[in-house]
Amino acid sequence: MELFKNTNYDFLGKKWPFIIASLVLTVAGFGSIAMRGGIKYGIDFKGGALMTVKFAGPPPLEKIRSMMPGISVQNFTGAQASNEVEIGIELQEERQLSTNRQKMENALATTFGRPNSGKLDFNNASQQAVIDRLREPLARNGVAMSEPQLQKLAADLLNFRNTPPRSGLIADFNQLSSVPGVNSGIINTLKQECDLAPYTVIKTEMVGPKVGAELRTKAVLATLYALAGMLAYIAFRFEWIYGLGAVIAVFHDTLITIGLFSIFGEAIDMTVIAALLTLVGYSMNDTIVIFDRIRENLKVSRREPLESVMNRSVNQTLSRTVMTSGLTFLTIIALFLFGGRVLHAFSFALVCGVIVGTYSSVFIASPIVLFWHNYTDQRKKPRAPVVAASPSQPEASARTRPTRVVK
Amino acid sequence: MKKNLTARVVVIVLTILICLIGIIDFPKSGADLKKNISDNIRLGLDLKGGTHLVMQVHVEDAVKADAEQSAERLKEDLKKQNITWNGMDVNEVTRVEDADQIALSVKGVPANQSSAFRSLVAERYPGYVLTAQNSTDYTMKLKASELLDLKADTVKRAVDTIGNRIDELGLAEKSVQPYGSGTTYQILIQLPGVDDPARAKELIGTAAVLEIADVKDGPYASRDAALGQHGGVLPLGTKLVRSKPRGPSEGEQWYLVNKSPVITGREMRNARAGQDDMRKWETSFNLSPDGGKRFGRYTEANIGNKLAVVLDGQAVSVATINSKIEDSGRITGLGTEEEAVDLSRYLRSGSLPAHVETNEERSIGPSLGADSISEGINAGVAGLLAVVVVMLVYYRRSGVNAVLALILNTVILLAAVSYFHAVLTLPGIAGIILTIGMAVDSNVLIFERIREELRSGKTVIAAVDNGFNKAWWTIVDTHVTTVVSCAFLFLFGEGPVRGFAVTLTIGLIANIFTAVFVSKTIFDYELSGGRQLQELSI
Repeated sequence: MELFKNTNYDFLGKKWPFIIASLVLTVAGFGSIAMRGGIKYGIDFKGGALMTVKFAGPPPLEKIRSMMPGISVQNFTGAQASNEVEIGIELQEERQLSTNRQKMENALATTFGRPNSGKLDFNNASQQAVIDRLREPLARNGVAMSEPQLQKLAADLLNFRNTPPRSGLIADFNQLSSVPGVNSGIINTLKQECDLAPYTVIKTEMVGPKVGAELRTKAVLATLYALAGMLAYIAFRFEWIYGLGAVIAVFHDTLITIGLFSIFGEAIDMTVIAALLTLVGYSMNDTIVIFDRIRENLKVSRREPLESVMNRSVNQTLSRTVMTSGLTFLTIIALFLFGGRVLHAFSFALVCGVIVGTYSSVFIASPIVLFWHNYTDQRKKPRAPVVAASPSQPEASARTRPTRVVK
Repeated sequence: MKKNLTARVVVIVLTILICLIGIIDFPKSGADLKKNISDNIRLGLDLKGGTHLVMQVHVEDAVKADAEQSAERLKEDLKKQNITWNGMDVNEVTRVEDADQIALSVKGVPANQSSAFRSLVAERYPGYVLTAQNSTDYTMKLKASELLDLKADTVKRAVDTIGNRIDELGLAEKSVQPYGSGTTYQILIQLPGVDDPARAKELIGTAAVLEIADVKDGPYASRDAALGQHGGVLPLGTKLVRSKPRGPSEGEQWYLVNKSPVITGREMRNARAGQDDMRKWETSFNLSPDGGKRFGRYTEANIGNKLAVVLDGQAVSVATINSKIEDSGRITGLGTEEEAVDLSRYLRSGSLPAHVETNEERSIGPSLGADSISEGINAGVAGLLAVVVVMLVYYRRSGVNAVLALILNTVILLAAVSYFHAVLTLPGIAGIILTIGMAVDSNVLIFERIREELRSGKTVIAAVDNGFNKAWWTIVDTHVTTVVSCAFLFLFGEGPVRGFAVTLTIGLIANIFTAVFVSKTIFDYELSGGRQLQELSI
């Protein structure tokens, strides 16, 4: 099966719609960032506290909003499907880290649990807490257990609680009867000693503002150095303008993706940085494959105008570009659809990145090299009929495009 | 050619075997296999659940303590040489960045004694730089190199201490290490499986500072009672500490102790629980030579007085001084073995050289971890299946090559994770996804080239050879560019960014092996054996 056989599309002639689309996307992205008052950073880069709480039923958002008078509840992502809520607060200084966590936990416990019942909240208890709580009552109730047995019991109970479909929440102690080794004595002791709050805290993240700023600077610097390294290598293997073209293209992909994040209201955190790095790698790979073909074709056809060599190269690699991008896109779409919330922002960045990264190799990186060569050629041969294409004269460049060599 | 092929097959089979052993060891049963895999491929906190803490070590504490100790020594040295002064103090700083500003200022040294003073400082305090403010006032600051060493040493000791404390509680896995660049003085603590950070922090003892201070007065039944004894105000230079209750029946006990301790955790070297000749429990301890000298002078002058062991502002033990104690001493008359063991643990682990502050705290519950693993695996399998199907449909028989190469690549990558004892985190998985993307790309590049060659009328064998040769440099260029960028990410990046760079680099090296070497070998194998293939299924 072959999709593209000896195609001969005039890719570089159609660059302007894409360049304009890129400009529109970039401007829209920056506009959105400006309107929202800056890039929306996740707490990794901004500092703050974020608690993800899973509820047994649809989360009572209004009740949560009103429960914490002492601290500002900043953002909510009410994921109705999984009954999860993110409660975020800002941190002014490192010292508040521990106290704020305590405040949030207490507020949750008083609003939704029964902290005064004197019982242990099983849905939010750690293994050690369960062991300590059950040790004596079990003995009193005639369920004799050695310490290792008790530890194994607690581990099994919590493991059962934590695996899907429970995912951290059980509604009734009788559910636990399917855990191996659990008998009615144990269930009764649990009922007597423990309580089941209708929520569980599944994740807490707290980053001091200082660390946040530091992480941000480091991530940006590392990325910039990596780009410089790539530029140097491509310049060494090709010509410096190829390196510059490739780096501008991947930079363009990154900017557009960051803009799209702002447009869709997604926050940028450390995993998104990993995704951005992935898309930089992916887009760079795509660009180099095309550049490589251009270099190879230039060796055999020196007299042919650069634009037609480029077009031919893009056509020759078209089949590969479509296959690779398509397959990568398939994998990433699978991640985006089935990967769950931890991978959500990550796969979103890659979905944007693969689309933008694929066309940027053809319509951004290659035209930059072409513009430069046309520009220097024109300076060398001032009377040559080729007029340098400049970004401000799209029509002119289209009209004065050198005649194509069609093979 | 034939022999060469055999050699290549041997290399490939050996690689596969080594990698498989790395991932699954030698399992004896199905359950064993599952256990070995989860032991060898260790998942990071973000996937498995656990606690991640970044703590700031307040190195300025250590610098200040050093200056204060020097001040005490200097006072004695000055007395010995009959040099007079009328003021000596160390300035207060509260931020880590200001550690370099800490200085010991000495005021009112008579001008006629200045040369004696200068030569004393130069001889006895070589680590300090003396600057004259005017004819009678001086400041002493640690030399830049000494300052750097002290700060680095403080972080190292904090890492050791926190590591020891966590060890005392017997966690299977933990990691405590310096974090960030050399100038941020942070520690990263990772506790897989501990999802209750309150407990984690209890283990680490966020601000645990150990002091041995002399008891001025006490015990009192309550804080108010203590204040009442002194007319509502504490005497200058003292503080009230509450003693740790030994049991629920024991009431509150408060002691009035000297604010500046005789000995701090810095000077505590070791402590052990043991029994004396009368089989009574005791705790023996060792001090650093410097601390021992100071402790000796102090205990000699204060026999019969009481000393309190204060950990985090709480008196864990109060004892009477029976004799002069220098660099090793014993605390006797302890009630039970448990008490002696606890006390030795406090003394041993209490030596944080500076207080620490939490800068970052993340705890991922095990249920989220379990969810993300199952979702991540589902998504990964779905994505890979889609790739496999498309490759097989589009490249038919040759697609099998690509799929084999892809599987082998993943196996090598996982084996490397196992052999290097690395942890698989979310950014690491990002690296794997890019690796798979580039592995698919390498195969596609080669296959498309072979198709082009076939179209131009070459024989099958020539087309395969040319296809591999022509795609080779493209593959090298794309891979080297990415590895170069990974090198920079590794050098300048932090935690997660580094994880990405490492997995990606391993994956790309594995890919050159699988997509080019292994795939070519499979093609050669198919084309060998005397059959002159007229057509290639590609």
